[in-house]
Amino acid sequence: MASGDILVDVRGVAKHYGEGETRVDALRSVDLRVHVGEVIALLGPSGSGKTTLLNVIGCILAPTAGRVELDGDAVFDGKWLRSDLRRLRLDKIGFIFQAHNLLPFLTAEENVSVVLDLAGWPAERGRERARELLDYLEVGHRAKVKPALLSGGEAQRVAIARALANRPRIILADEPTAALDSGRAQLVMDLLRKLASDQKACIIAVTHDEKIFDRFDRLIHLRDGRLVDS
Amino acid sequence: MNLAIKDIRHGLFRFVLTCLGLGLLMTVVLAMIGIYNGLVADALAVVKAPAADVWVVEAGTQGPFAEASSIPATTRDAVARMPGVAEAGAITYQTIEASHAGKTLRLYVIGFEPGRPGGPQRIAEGRGLGRSHFELLSDRKTGLVAGETIRLGRDRFTVVGLVEDAMNSGGDPAVYVTLADALTLQTAMDPAAARVQAARGDGGLRPPTVAAVVARLQPGADVALLTATVRQWKHLSALSQGEQEQLLLASVVDRARRQIGLFLGILLSVSAVVIALIIYTMTMEKLKQIATLKLIGAPDRTIVGLIVQQALILGISGLAIGLALIFLVKDSFPRRVVLEPFNALVLTGIILMVCLVASGLGVRAALKVDPATALGG
Repeated sequence: MASGDILVDVRGVAKHYGEGETRVDALRSVDLRVHVGEVIALLGPSGSGKTTLLNVIGCILAPTAGRVELDGDAVFDGKWLRSDLRRLRLDKIGFIFQAHNLLPFLTAEENVSVVLDLAGWPAERGRERARELLDYLEVGHRAKVKPALLSGGEAQRVAIARALANRPRIILADEPTAALDSGRAQLVMDLLRKLASDQKACIIAVTHDEKIFDRFDRLIHLRDGRLVDS
Repeated sequence: MNLAIKDIRHGLFRFVLTCLGLGLLMTVVLAMIGIYNGLVADALAVVKAPAADVWVVEAGTQGPFAEASSIPATTRDAVARMPGVAEAGAITYQTIEASHAGKTLRLYVIGFEPGRPGGPQRIAEGRGLGRSHFELLSDRKTGLVAGETIRLGRDRFTVVGLVEDAMNSGGDPAVYVTLADALTLQTAMDPAAARVQAARGDGGLRPPTVAAVVARLQPGADVALLTATVRQWKHLSALSQGEQEQLLLASVVDRARRQIGLFLGILLSVSAVVIALIIYTMTMEKLKQIATLKLIGAPDRTIVGLIVQQALILGISGLAIGLALIFLVKDSFPRRVVLEPFNALVLTGIILMVCLVASGLGVRAALKVDPATALGG
């Protein structure tokens, strides 16, 4: 693939916590490239560094060493302020959580349009985009319902709609199917694959769900902070 | 999209209950402010009622409110003749208990000379004293109505008019009677006691005494000169209206005023802590949601706005409920509750300040939240 197709470029990234005897190396010289349209899974036992890597790619955690490029922008190079990283997250990264993490005081439609509101979209356009996404994910009929009244599958689809609202090119998912039954998990993964292709985005998901492994282009294994194979 | 309003509407019942609780606390704060003001206003009402410029009292006393004062009733003529005096009136004060409709009324009886200084400034209902005996003007708080009669001492008086906000510093409502009736009331004893005194040979006549003589001066007359002149008489002393008011506040109501003031301070501190605790708890309950907002890219100002707006809405709603409640119940208090727009304005300022400071604690906690906590472990 051409280098212009690379959305996530992680080179020699290390992250450690503490110093001396208490030092913990969460990531050790990790290299990872993810291309447009790719759907990859981060696998590994607990404490292997999956979540740390997701946090570094998500601009939540600064690496101790190494270089991270997201959609051509080199982040954590000392020039980025916290507010710049926040803006980058808003514009380029979409998050899908294990527990859908919808805001309980907003309706499904508002949970999606809140991202666009924060991004500065006009309110009406934001609502239109939210309805469009909810219809696309087949939960449009639940647009005015609050999360407490949505089923697990509906809530997860609303969360996916929220993650896609601002047309991000990088979608990070933390156990996106953990709260779903097998059938629904397959549907959600098919949906994510289609979205990655349609929106020319990439998807990086942390998962333990073996039933959906076949839905990923690559399985990245982490152990003790290192990439084992890919 | 206003997240603060959306969140409030989501948990409206709980928020309204919290506002109601805060409102009740504000009602108590406002009641204390009103009682504090009422104490001062009540104390000053009786001094201000005669609209006098100078008070002539017994030498060596700070009468008639801070100390007992007794001067000959004829002093009024001497004062009235002094240069610069427009008019003067003798006045007496005494507290008595009287039975009315099966209840004991504690009354502050003011004796004055109709047509001279010393009477009420305004009659709210009915008419002034038209006869020289057995008529009275009553403060509304006595519960007496025009046309009713009440026994004071050995005589029955008819209520001919009602006045408002006339009471002594202890909160006893006032009744106005003629000076002649007041003097009789001061000296009259029941027949049995009078017979005992007469048998002991104490039947001689004493000159009538009054508590004070109040004088109004002609335009341009010098108050200081007049009071200095009066003080030259060895048995008399004189105070200007301002001195009388200061004396009353400094001696009679000062301790009560400081007591209420201190209690008000404690109450405001408690309110501040309660508000801070409510806002902090409200914020802590939303930390996961705040982490999610931060993760999806919400700027700090959105998070700060969410907390500060809710804190201000809570504070203002509580204050509004407090104001509404106090205006509903203030007339039910046994003592006057006086609330000025200035008090409400100052309390609004204090509550807004407390809300901002309290939300600062919540904001600090919210800004420290790591967005990664939304992702889980």
